[in-house]
Amino acid sequence: MLTISQRQVGSITIVDLNGKITISEGSAQFREAIRQLVEQEKPRLVLNFAGVTYVDSSGVGELVSTYTAISKQHGQLRLLHVPPRIKELLRITKLLSVFELFDDEAAALQSFR
Amino acid sequence: MQEQKTTVGLTIASDFEFVELAELVATNLAKLIEFDEDASTWIGMAVREAVINAIRHGNKQDPNKRVDLRFSLNNDTITVEVIDEGEGFDLRLVPDPLDPENLLKPSGRGIFYMRSFMDRVEFSHPPGGGTVVSMSRRKHSQGEVTSHAND
Repeated sequence: MLTISQRQVGSITIVDLNGKITISEGSAQFREAIRQLVEQEKPRLVLNFAGVTYVDSSGVGELVSTYTAISKQHGQLRLLHVPPRIKELLRITKLLSVFELFDDEAAALQSFR
Repeated sequence: MQEQKTTVGLTIASDFEFVELAELVATNLAKLIEFDEDASTWIGMAVREAVINAIRHGNKQDPNKRVDLRFSLNNDTITVEVIDEGEGFDLRLVPDPLDPENLLKPSGRGIFYMRSFMDRVEFSHPPGGGTVVSMSRRKHSQGEVTSHAND
Protein backbone atom coordinates (compact mmCIF):
# COMPACT_ATOMS: atom_id res chain seq x y z
CA MET A 1 0.00 0.00 0.00
CA LEU A 2 1.39 3.36 -1.05
CA THR A 3 0.13 6.50 0.64
CA ILE A 4 0.69 9.80 -1.11
CA SER A 5 0.26 13.28 0.37
CA GLN A 6 1.14 16.69 -0.98
CA ARG A 7 2.49 19.89 0.52
CA GLN A 8 2.84 23.19 -1.25
CA VAL A 9 5.83 25.48 -0.66
CA GLY A 10 5.31 28.49 -2.90
CA SER A 11 5.27 27.20 -6.47
CA ILE A 12 6.85 23.88 -5.47
CA THR A 13 4.84 20.75 -4.71
CA ILE A 14 6.39 18.28 -2.27
CA VAL A 15 4.97 14.78 -2.62
CA ASP A 16 5.47 12.66 0.48
CA LEU A 17 5.47 8.96 -0.43
CA ASN A 18 5.03 6.15 2.09
CA GLY A 19 5.10 2.46 1.22
CA LYS A 20 6.10 0.48 -1.84
CA ILE A 21 6.23 1.48 -5.50
CA THR A 22 6.04 -1.89 -7.24
CA ILE A 23 4.04 -3.53 -10.00
CA SER A 24 1.79 -5.28 -7.47
CA GLU A 25 1.22 -2.30 -5.21
CA GLY A 26 1.91 1.37 -5.54
CA SER A 27 2.93 1.88 -9.16
CA ALA A 28 -0.60 2.53 -10.43
CA GLN A 29 -1.41 4.86 -7.50
CA PHE A 30 1.84 6.72 -8.03
CA ARG A 31 1.17 7.11 -11.77
CA GLU A 32 -2.33 8.48 -11.17
CA ALA A 33 -1.26 10.92 -8.44
CA ILE A 34 1.68 12.23 -10.43
CA ARG A 35 -0.22 12.45 -13.74
CA GLN A 36 -2.31 15.35 -12.50
CA LEU A 37 0.70 17.19 -11.09
CA VAL A 38 2.85 16.96 -14.20
CA GLU A 39 0.06 18.23 -16.45
CA GLN A 40 0.53 21.70 -14.97
CA GLU A 41 2.63 24.19 -16.86
CA LYS A 42 6.27 24.15 -15.70
CA PRO A 43 5.64 21.79 -12.76
CA ARG A 44 8.14 21.98 -9.89
CA LEU A 45 8.07 18.75 -7.98
CA VAL A 46 9.94 17.23 -5.05
CA LEU A 47 9.33 13.51 -4.53
CA ASN A 48 10.09 12.68 -0.91
CA PHE A 49 11.20 9.05 -0.63
CA ALA A 50 11.79 9.11 3.14
CA GLY A 51 8.91 6.67 3.70
CA VAL A 52 9.44 4.48 0.64
CA THR A 53 10.41 0.97 1.67
CA TYR A 54 10.74 -0.75 -1.68
CA VAL A 55 10.90 0.00 -5.40
CA ASP A 56 11.16 -2.55 -8.24
CA SER A 57 11.84 -2.09 -11.96
CA SER A 58 8.23 -0.98 -12.41
CA GLY A 59 8.72 1.74 -9.80
CA VAL A 60 11.96 2.84 -11.45
CA GLY A 61 10.01 3.01 -14.72
CA GLU A 62 7.41 5.27 -13.09
CA LEU A 63 10.18 7.61 -11.94
CA VAL A 64 11.61 7.77 -15.44
CA SER A 65 8.13 8.47 -16.87
CA THR A 66 7.67 11.24 -14.31
CA TYR A 67 10.99 12.77 -15.31
CA THR A 68 10.18 12.72 -19.04
CA ALA A 69 6.65 14.09 -18.49
CA ILE A 70 7.97 16.96 -16.37
CA SER A 71 10.74 17.69 -18.88
CA LYS A 72 8.17 17.94 -21.68
CA GLN A 73 6.32 20.56 -19.64
CA HIS A 74 9.60 22.41 -19.05
CA GLY A 75 9.30 21.66 -15.34
CA GLN A 76 11.81 20.48 -12.77
CA LEU A 77 11.99 17.37 -10.58
CA ARG A 78 13.98 16.66 -7.43
CA LEU A 79 14.22 13.42 -5.46
CA LEU A 80 14.54 13.73 -1.69
CA HIS A 81 15.76 11.22 0.93
CA VAL A 82 16.20 8.34 -1.51
CA PRO A 83 17.07 5.21 0.55
CA PRO A 84 20.40 3.47 -0.27
CA ARG A 85 18.93 0.41 -1.97
CA ILE A 86 16.73 2.51 -4.26
CA LYS A 87 19.71 4.74 -4.98
CA GLU A 88 21.61 1.59 -5.96
CA LEU A 89 18.85 0.63 -8.42
CA LEU A 90 19.24 4.07 -10.01
CA ARG A 91 23.04 3.91 -9.95
CA ILE A 92 23.44 0.60 -11.76
CA THR A 93 21.02 1.68 -14.50
CA LYS A 94 22.89 4.99 -14.92
CA LEU A 95 19.88 6.99 -13.77
CA LEU A 96 21.75 8.86 -11.05
CA SER A 97 23.03 11.06 -13.85
CA VAL A 98 19.44 11.86 -14.84
CA PHE A 99 17.86 12.68 -11.48
CA GLU A 100 18.86 15.34 -8.98
CA LEU A 101 18.94 13.80 -5.50
CA PHE A 102 18.95 15.62 -2.16
CA ASP A 103 19.14 14.51 1.46
CA ASP A 104 18.05 17.90 2.79
CA GLU A 105 14.61 19.34 2.05
CA ALA A 106 15.69 22.96 2.30
CA ALA A 107 18.54 22.35 -0.12
CA ALA A 108 16.15 20.60 -2.52
CA LEU A 109 13.77 23.58 -2.40
CA GLN A 110 16.59 26.07 -2.88
CA SER A 111 17.87 24.17 -5.92
CA PHE A 112 14.91 25.18 -8.11
CA ARG A 113 15.88 27.73 -10.70
CA MET B 1 31.46 -32.23 5.26
CA GLN B 2 28.97 -33.61 2.77
CA GLU B 3 27.10 -30.94 0.87
CA GLN B 4 23.41 -30.91 1.61
CA LYS B 5 20.93 -30.12 -1.11
CA THR B 6 17.35 -29.04 -0.63
CA THR B 7 14.80 -28.29 -3.30
CA VAL B 8 11.61 -26.29 -2.94
CA GLY B 9 8.89 -25.84 -5.55
CA LEU B 10 6.23 -23.17 -5.90
CA THR B 11 3.57 -22.74 -8.58
CA ILE B 12 1.68 -19.47 -8.92
CA ALA B 13 -1.04 -18.16 -11.19
CA SER B 14 -0.17 -15.43 -13.70
CA ASP B 15 -1.26 -12.62 -11.43
CA PHE B 16 1.01 -9.89 -10.10
CA GLU B 17 -0.48 -10.32 -6.64
CA PHE B 18 1.68 -13.47 -6.29
CA VAL B 19 4.93 -11.67 -7.06
CA GLU B 20 5.39 -10.76 -3.39
CA LEU B 21 4.98 -14.40 -2.37
CA ALA B 22 7.61 -15.60 -4.84
CA GLU B 23 10.00 -12.92 -3.68
CA LEU B 24 9.38 -13.70 -0.02
CA VAL B 25 10.10 -17.40 -0.56
CA ALA B 26 13.34 -16.57 -2.39
CA THR B 27 14.49 -14.10 0.26
CA ASN B 28 13.73 -16.47 3.13
CA LEU B 29 15.39 -19.47 1.45
CA ALA B 30 18.50 -17.39 0.87
CA LYS B 31 18.51 -16.45 4.57
CA LEU B 32 18.00 -20.12 5.45
CA ILE B 33 21.39 -20.99 3.98
CA GLU B 34 22.84 -17.90 5.67
CA PHE B 35 23.12 -15.37 2.93
CA ASP B 36 23.34 -12.03 4.69
CA GLU B 37 20.36 -9.66 4.81
CA ASP B 38 21.60 -7.60 1.91
CA ALA B 39 22.35 -10.48 -0.46
CA SER B 40 19.03 -12.13 0.42
CA THR B 41 17.19 -8.94 -0.51
CA TRP B 42 18.91 -8.72 -3.90
CA ILE B 43 18.22 -12.42 -4.59
CA GLY B 44 14.55 -11.83 -3.77
CA MET B 45 14.47 -8.88 -6.12
CA ALA B 46 16.05 -10.91 -8.96
CA VAL B 47 13.34 -13.55 -8.52
CA ARG B 48 10.68 -10.82 -8.41
CA GLU B 49 11.87 -9.43 -11.75
CA ALA B 50 11.98 -12.91 -13.33
CA VAL B 51 8.44 -13.65 -12.14
CA ILE B 52 7.16 -10.27 -13.40
CA ASN B 53 8.64 -11.04 -16.83
CA ALA B 54 7.16 -14.55 -16.78
CA ILE B 55 3.69 -13.20 -15.99
CA ARG B 56 3.78 -10.15 -18.25
CA HIS B 57 5.86 -11.16 -21.28
CA GLY B 58 5.75 -14.96 -21.05
CA ASN B 59 2.22 -15.82 -20.02
CA LYS B 60 0.82 -12.44 -21.09
CA GLN B 61 -1.17 -12.32 -17.84
CA ASP B 62 -3.30 -15.26 -18.98
CA PRO B 63 -4.95 -16.45 -15.73
CA ASN B 64 -4.98 -20.01 -17.07
CA LYS B 65 -1.21 -20.13 -17.35
CA ARG B 66 1.09 -20.83 -14.42
CA VAL B 67 4.58 -19.83 -13.39
CA ASP B 68 6.67 -22.56 -11.78
CA LEU B 69 9.54 -21.77 -9.45
CA ARG B 70 12.15 -24.32 -8.41
CA PHE B 71 14.65 -23.41 -5.74
CA SER B 72 17.76 -25.53 -5.11
CA LEU B 73 19.87 -24.86 -2.09
CA ASN B 74 23.22 -26.22 -1.01
CA ASN B 75 25.72 -24.97 1.50
CA ASP B 76 26.82 -21.91 -0.39
CA THR B 77 24.64 -21.51 -3.49
CA ILE B 78 21.02 -20.76 -4.25
CA THR B 79 19.75 -21.68 -7.70
CA VAL B 80 16.33 -20.57 -8.90
CA GLU B 81 14.47 -21.58 -12.02
CA VAL B 82 11.46 -19.54 -13.14
CA ILE B 83 9.43 -21.26 -15.83
CA ASP B 84 6.57 -19.79 -17.83
CA GLU B 85 4.20 -21.17 -20.45
CA GLY B 86 4.76 -18.48 -23.04
CA GLU B 87 6.14 -18.56 -26.56
CA GLY B 88 9.70 -17.68 -25.64
CA PHE B 89 11.70 -14.72 -26.90
CA ASP B 90 14.96 -13.84 -28.60
CA LEU B 91 17.34 -12.51 -25.96
CA ARG B 92 19.37 -10.77 -28.68
CA LEU B 93 16.40 -8.49 -29.35
CA VAL B 94 16.17 -7.25 -25.76
CA PRO B 95 17.44 -3.65 -25.76
CA ASP B 96 20.34 -2.67 -23.50
CA PRO B 97 18.82 -0.36 -20.85
CA LEU B 98 22.20 1.37 -20.42
CA ASP B 99 22.31 2.44 -24.06
CA PRO B 100 21.83 6.24 -24.03
CA GLU B 101 18.85 5.95 -26.37
CA ASN B 102 17.13 3.57 -23.92
CA LEU B 103 18.06 5.32 -20.68
CA LEU B 104 14.72 7.15 -20.43
CA LYS B 105 12.51 4.26 -21.47
CA PRO B 106 9.99 3.39 -18.77
CA SER B 107 10.55 -0.38 -19.03
CA GLY B 108 13.19 -2.92 -20.00
CA ARG B 109 15.37 -3.05 -16.88
CA GLY B 110 14.21 -6.37 -15.38
CA ILE B 111 16.76 -8.69 -17.01
CA PHE B 112 19.54 -6.19 -16.35
CA TYR B 113 18.63 -6.11 -12.64
CA MET B 114 18.53 -9.93 -12.51
CA ARG B 115 22.03 -10.09 -13.98
CA SER B 116 23.25 -7.44 -11.58
CA PHE B 117 21.96 -9.25 -8.49
CA MET B 118 22.92 -12.82 -9.40
CA ASP B 119 26.21 -14.48 -10.45
CA ARG B 120 24.65 -16.39 -13.33
CA VAL B 121 21.44 -15.87 -15.32
CA GLU B 122 20.63 -18.11 -18.29
CA PHE B 123 17.59 -18.35 -20.52
CA SER B 124 16.45 -21.46 -22.37
CA HIS B 125 13.43 -22.45 -24.38
CA PRO B 126 12.53 -26.14 -24.00
CA PRO B 127 11.01 -27.93 -27.03
CA GLY B 128 7.62 -28.07 -25.30
CA GLY B 129 7.42 -24.26 -25.15
CA GLY B 130 7.89 -21.65 -22.48
CA THR B 131 10.97 -19.95 -21.13
CA VAL B 132 13.20 -21.24 -18.34
CA VAL B 133 15.20 -18.61 -16.50
CA SER B 134 17.89 -20.29 -14.44
CA MET B 135 19.91 -18.13 -12.09
CA SER B 136 22.21 -18.67 -9.16
CA ARG B 137 24.24 -16.81 -6.62
CA ARG B 138 27.03 -18.05 -4.38
CA LYS B 139 27.74 -16.71 -0.96
CA HIS B 140 30.59 -14.21 -0.77
CA SER B 141 30.34 -13.44 -4.47
CA GLN B 142 31.16 -9.94 -5.62
CA GLY B 143 27.96 -8.77 -7.27
CA GLU B 144 27.42 -5.62 -9.24
CA VAL B 145 25.52 -4.03 -6.41
CA THR B 146 26.84 -2.24 -3.38
CA SER B 147 26.23 -3.70 0.06
CA HIS B 148 23.96 -1.80 2.41
CA ALA B 149 24.19 -3.94 5.52
CA ASN B 150 22.99 -1.10 7.72
CA ASP B 151 19.88 -0.11 5.75
